[in-house]
Amino acid sequence: MEALKKPVRTIWDIPRPEQFAPGHNMCQGCAAALIMRMLMKVVGKDAIVVMGTGCVEVTTTPFPYTSWKNPWLHLAFENTAAGASGVEAALKALQRKYGVFKDRYIKVVAIAGDGGTFDIGLQSLSGMMERGHDVMYVVYDNEAYMNTGIQRSGATPLGAWTTTTPVGKRMRGEPRPKKDIIGIALAHRIPYIATANPAYPTDMMEKFRKAYETRGPSLVHVYSPCTPGWRIRNEHTIHVSRLAVQTGMWVQLEIENGKPRVTVKVPKRKPVREYLRIQGRFRHLTEEEIQKIQRMVDEYVEEINRWVGEQAIGPVVEE
Amino acid sequence: MAVAVEQRREQEARPAARRRVAAKGNFAVAMAVRDVDIDVAAIYPITPQVQIAEKITEYVANEELDAEVIHVESEHSAMSAVVAAAATGARVFTATASQGLEFMHEMLYIASGLRQPVVMALTTRALSAPINIWNDYSDAFGMRDTGWIMIFSENVQEAYDNVVQAYRIAEHPDVLLPVVVTLDGYILSHTVEPLEPLGREEALRFAPKRRYGYRPTLNPDMPMSFGVVGVPAWYHEIKYQQVRAMRESRRVIEETGREFGRRYGRSYGFIEEYMMDDAEVALVSLGATASLVKAAVNRLRKEGVKAGMVKIRVYRPFPAEELVKALENVEAVGTLNRAISYGGVVEDPLFMEVATALALRGIVKPMASFIHGMGGRDIFVRDIVAMYKKLMEHAKAGTSAKRTYFYGVKGHNPDDDQKM
Repeated sequence: MEALKKPVRTIWDIPRPEQFAPGHNMCQGCAAALIMRMLMKVVGKDAIVVMGTGCVEVTTTPFPYTSWKNPWLHLAFENTAAGASGVEAALKALQRKYGVFKDRYIKVVAIAGDGGTFDIGLQSLSGMMERGHDVMYVVYDNEAYMNTGIQRSGATPLGAWTTTTPVGKRMRGEPRPKKDIIGIALAHRIPYIATANPAYPTDMMEKFRKAYETRGPSLVHVYSPCTPGWRIRNEHTIHVSRLAVQTGMWVQLEIENGKPRVTVKVPKRKPVREYLRIQGRFRHLTEEEIQKIQRMVDEYVEEINRWVGEQAIGPVVEE
Repeated sequence: MAVAVEQRREQEARPAARRRVAAKGNFAVAMAVRDVDIDVAAIYPITPQVQIAEKITEYVANEELDAEVIHVESEHSAMSAVVAAAATGARVFTATASQGLEFMHEMLYIASGLRQPVVMALTTRALSAPINIWNDYSDAFGMRDTGWIMIFSENVQEAYDNVVQAYRIAEHPDVLLPVVVTLDGYILSHTVEPLEPLGREEALRFAPKRRYGYRPTLNPDMPMSFGVVGVPAWYHEIKYQQVRAMRESRRVIEETGREFGRRYGRSYGFIEEYMMDDAEVALVSLGATASLVKAAVNRLRKEGVKAGMVKIRVYRPFPAEELVKALENVEAVGTLNRAISYGGVVEDPLFMEVATALALRGIVKPMASFIHGMGGRDIFVRDIVAMYKKLMEHAKAGTSAKRTYFYGVKGHNPDDDQKM
């Protein structure tokens, strides 16, 4: 199966062949499973996947089984980008010196979770981006260390309950806002950066396609609800994903060569309460705490609008 | 001037393998890496290996070597990148020392667990704290259980020869294990010695590149998953395969060292014996320290003492049979090491294996372990002579030293070690 060449506008543009096989051990309703399936449809068979330790790695490759129809490599937790750099350099040398894969473009796709990207893998990611390797890096962000059982990461949002940010007398969930990984990628001036969300599959796949087409480092930051970790119903994965965008908690961005744009505009924003209330991890929040998060999102939205030079995300409209 | 030109012409006319140059250990390693035509190098500076990284990039800059150089941001990424590059099918190299080796420690197990033929040079150096850039073998001994084949070099020529051999061993389909070649930090890495490099043509004849696809790689036309979850139902078997590979690598290492000697006149075995034919007391050592021990043996022989030495060249897989054969007729055996196993039965990790190798074959004789030269402390020949004399006392008394003797410690009498 070839990599996707034409833009993804409707679901009819989504290729039928699968590169990601079923039968894996991912949870019911896991967004990462959907994301992997869509991603592999886009990149096709001429791609080498390098994956960091995490949920997807452990659930898709219990020896002797594998869900990957592509060549796939897992080294460790913190070095996905370093491994991808090594594969890319080796491909270059093999092509140049021995004519292996002559006249073929083999894409290196790095995949890691938020812990493996925002926290422990940040150094190797920075190195890869700074050196300019031709690697497409996809981070599936479920906003905590879910593989080890819901511990907070640098990507955990303000107020969220996790097993290491419990709700008690002195602590009321995660006390700090989420780390700005897009800002970090921007600081490396890489050619393509995007945020994506499984509730908008064509937008997500189009971003995967553009990252694939990029020659040089690219980063796609994908929102990935975790049903057990977020304490949401299995059938609410897409519902929660869509609410994240509709409330401005998550903004669908694309930054091509430093030029930002919002790909999914939200003229009328919903209050964050609607997003928070359906997730068990935010159940403890008081109205006051919800208002604090609302003000933070308002400021974030304002910042985005200023940056993209238009009112891409509108004001909150209570219904 | 004319004479110089004439000499140079003459030198160039000689076969490549016979051309002599003067080189530091670091440059010898870089030359070997160039001569075997590596495809990918990941480099990160650390003392005292940094000149290897510099020289390799210089070769690439001058088109003397066609390789991808990855300027990684850490040693952990260096090892990650070369393991991944090897898994893609490339001939790879990296070098490190001390803290750098410790930082990549996690990846050492992954390199061997994934059976990737990575070759690395280690300029042996002390470990922090306190920080120390000088030589000892703490770093090398720290990686003894990581599943790497470990070859110690005694001099600059050996460093070159060992690197060339390392590729032939590592990439052999019956082996497929990573190989580390050590050279003593500063003592070899920064010391200029005469060197006969094989040259590219000859090095590639000795360690030829195999066709792409001879071993499983990350190939889109034959997709495979590498580094999958080793569930309890299979992990044990996978680890046993690694044990078997290490055991069976002995044959390839042996054949490689012998063939090297047949072609170039410098034979290599697992161990090297020095004055062992009629030796009554023997010290076992490794690396450049072995040269000092040889000097001590020479001095003792002049005094009429029948001293001998066994140098361990290949530390992993450990040459138990060869060692026992060399030692079975001596009266007492000692070990001299520059690495410490804190709180061990004795503090010298080398001794534990020498003693085990002998004991398992029913050989019991007076033994003693010696540690000297930590963090670049100079070991003098007279110190080693004193160790031999201590060993002779044990031989005479028929007793072994229960504790390791620490020589060269200021204000410390090594005999006091036996009282603690």
